[in-house]
Amino acid sequence: MSAISSPSERVWWKQPLDRVEGTWIAIAFIWCLIMFFMMPYWHVYGKQNLSNEAYRTTPEAFTAKTTAMVEKYKVREETDQKIPVVHPPAGSDVYLIARLWQWYPMLELEEGKTYRLHLASMDWLHGFSLQPENINIEVHPNYEHVVTLTPTKAGTYSIICNEYCGINHHTMASRLYVVKPK
Amino acid sequence: MAVNRMFRTCPSTGLLYHEPAEKLIRWNAVAGVVSLLIGGILALLVTSTRWQAIHLLSPDWFYLVLTAHGLNMLVFWIIFFEIAVLYFCASTLLRCRLAAPGMAWLAFVLMVAGAIVNNYSVTRGDSSVMFTSYAPMGAHPTFYLGLILFAVGALIACFVFFGTLVVARSERTYNGSVPLVTFGAVTAAIIAVFTIASGAIILIPTFLWSIGLVDYIDSLMYRTVWWAFGHSSQQINVAAHVSVWYAIAAIVFGAKPMSEKVSRTAFLLYICFLQLASAHHLLADPGLTSNWKIFNTSYAMYLAVLASMVHGLTVPGAIEVAQREKGFNNGLFEWLRKAPWGNPSFSAMFISLIGFGFLGGISGVMMGTEQLNLIIHNTIYVPGHFHATVVIGTTLAFMGLTYFLIPTLFRRQLMFPGMAKWQPYVFGLGMCGFSLFMMGAGTLGVPRRHWDISFAGNALGYEFPGTAWLMMGLMGAFGLAAIVGGTMYLLITVGSVFLGKRIETPGFAHVRAKDGVAPAPQPVAVAITSHGSNIGTAGFVAPGTFSLAIVFLVAFVLYYFVNWKYLSTVWPLS
Repeated sequence: MSAISSPSERVWWKQPLDRVEGTWIAIAFIWCLIMFFMMPYWHVYGKQNLSNEAYRTTPEAFTAKTTAMVEKYKVREETDQKIPVVHPPAGSDVYLIARLWQWYPMLELEEGKTYRLHLASMDWLHGFSLQPENINIEVHPNYEHVVTLTPTKAGTYSIICNEYCGINHHTMASRLYVVKPK
Repeated sequence: MAVNRMFRTCPSTGLLYHEPAEKLIRWNAVAGVVSLLIGGILALLVTSTRWQAIHLLSPDWFYLVLTAHGLNMLVFWIIFFEIAVLYFCASTLLRCRLAAPGMAWLAFVLMVAGAIVNNYSVTRGDSSVMFTSYAPMGAHPTFYLGLILFAVGALIACFVFFGTLVVARSERTYNGSVPLVTFGAVTAAIIAVFTIASGAIILIPTFLWSIGLVDYIDSLMYRTVWWAFGHSSQQINVAAHVSVWYAIAAIVFGAKPMSEKVSRTAFLLYICFLQLASAHHLLADPGLTSNWKIFNTSYAMYLAVLASMVHGLTVPGAIEVAQREKGFNNGLFEWLRKAPWGNPSFSAMFISLIGFGFLGGISGVMMGTEQLNLIIHNTIYVPGHFHATVVIGTTLAFMGLTYFLIPTLFRRQLMFPGMAKWQPYVFGLGMCGFSLFMMGAGTLGVPRRHWDISFAGNALGYEFPGTAWLMMGLMGAFGLAAIVGGTMYLLITVGSVFLGKRIETPGFAHVRAKDGVAPAPQPVAVAITSHGSNIGTAGFVAPGTFSLAIVFLVAFVLYYFVNWKYLSTVWPLS
């Protein structure tokens, strides 16, 4: 009988496996294991892994740290809104605020240097999306996510928001400059 | 209240319909199709806005319409239709009366009320929070209330389904084990209960938060629990549409599962592991460890992926065996060439299977790989993936089933049979292109849920590469083709159900089960062997299916490592 009727044999579980099914299950299972072990493998040998380092924070605490960084390392201001551009020293802690509907401040990093980028939202969820690298990280309010990253090539990059955050979501964009070390 | 034990036998299919069950299946299916109609109109608006050559809606309308589109399609259309499928699989396939039809009507009323309340809240304009409604972005309280009402209704319907299984067992309406399709429906219903429970855990506090009784909803907690609801609800679809594939294979070809044991074990793997996939959505989030992410998003070492790969083989495999036994035994693909490609039930099911596997399945595993998610998260790749799974996989399979149900359940002849022949191709291929180009644009970083990727007037805007724009244009064109296909489906379905020619059966009557229903056939207790060795080649009963499966595997492996290669070129992160 077919799949919409009860199995015609009472002890259907004793039917031996067809060769075609057995072979496919074996192949598919091996492939599944390869895919599984690929993830731990990349943690050991790969270079692109999302950081597990995160802390609870508050908008006030995170703003205070960001403001301190801006005061110390501001190099110029851009656009009519006078958004500060900061050039923090290589290896330092860099703070980026996500809020409705702006990234603050703008960052200028050096090629080939490693930074600890702290991400947090002041209000709703936002999506850190670095283009054209296409690195995408969720940004939460009250969580401070510390991502260690190394820009590999000088140029002007964009940070857009790719987590829907209300009516002006599509206006939330900023830049990230990568310059050659002096 | 006396129990209604009146049944009718469908003269063309021999299926047995319980009178109240039949009405309930019809009404749930109709409510589903009405939601599909609403969602479809909204789809047209969404597509014509994201195709920026048209850029139809203003931002506030775009986000509103996108929210309503997601809810009507992903929740209302699919769940209404799934409830119809559950009742069909329990009552009709087990030849059993539906347990507690009164409760089933209550469920239906709650679901309809929930859908209306939720749609009302979205049209207010203050609840454009998307399907996901991530706290702390808040919606109007009726938004959550509508979803809660709908979920309570769906939960009651699941228990009517389980109750019917109990009745069937105790009234001995079948012998031996339940049919495979019913087993798949049980899988879907179990996943549904888990889904709805998770939904209650997150939506009830969020509702209380929206009316001011709860102070604070943690955003990470919300996302973690919400996805146990949001993703699992899509796993109900997988279990349901795989069951529909088996059902259509059985209806069109009389196909018998290659092995009951293998197919049922695969469904069991779904129950055990599929829900872990909810964690896919949290791969780019802070505060969760890599160990947690790897275990969960691999569905515990991809055991649920294994199950889908098994179904992907056994459904066409069963068709191949049935065709070969009918004599289409030449070469690798005679069985497929000689398949009834003009039968919309079959073509819809087959395109659904291929599209779900090649586009939806493979892309789903990519996004669900911890590190690869970094280059995919929240790009338009994500809707590309789930339009392949939920629209090509689930919706198209349900469309195929509809063409079978209209004559047998609604007893109407199919209107526009010529159009019906083409509908699965127009819709299916339109959706395939639509999904594929979304994924292409996502690979280039185009964000999802975004009104304007040109960043017009924004001093800091990003200029997407020309290829991304091309992909978005092609997405729009294929999206419109799919909408034409969807319109064809709605015309045929609505036309047939309301205006189609009635199928009159002489001497038709509802009869009491005792008087008119033959006893369930007794399974035989003979020694069991595998399929005859007179079909297929080299001991493979389904060599054609096997070679298709190998093509699938090669595509899967290549694309998987292409993505790792791409990942290895982005900035080092740790």
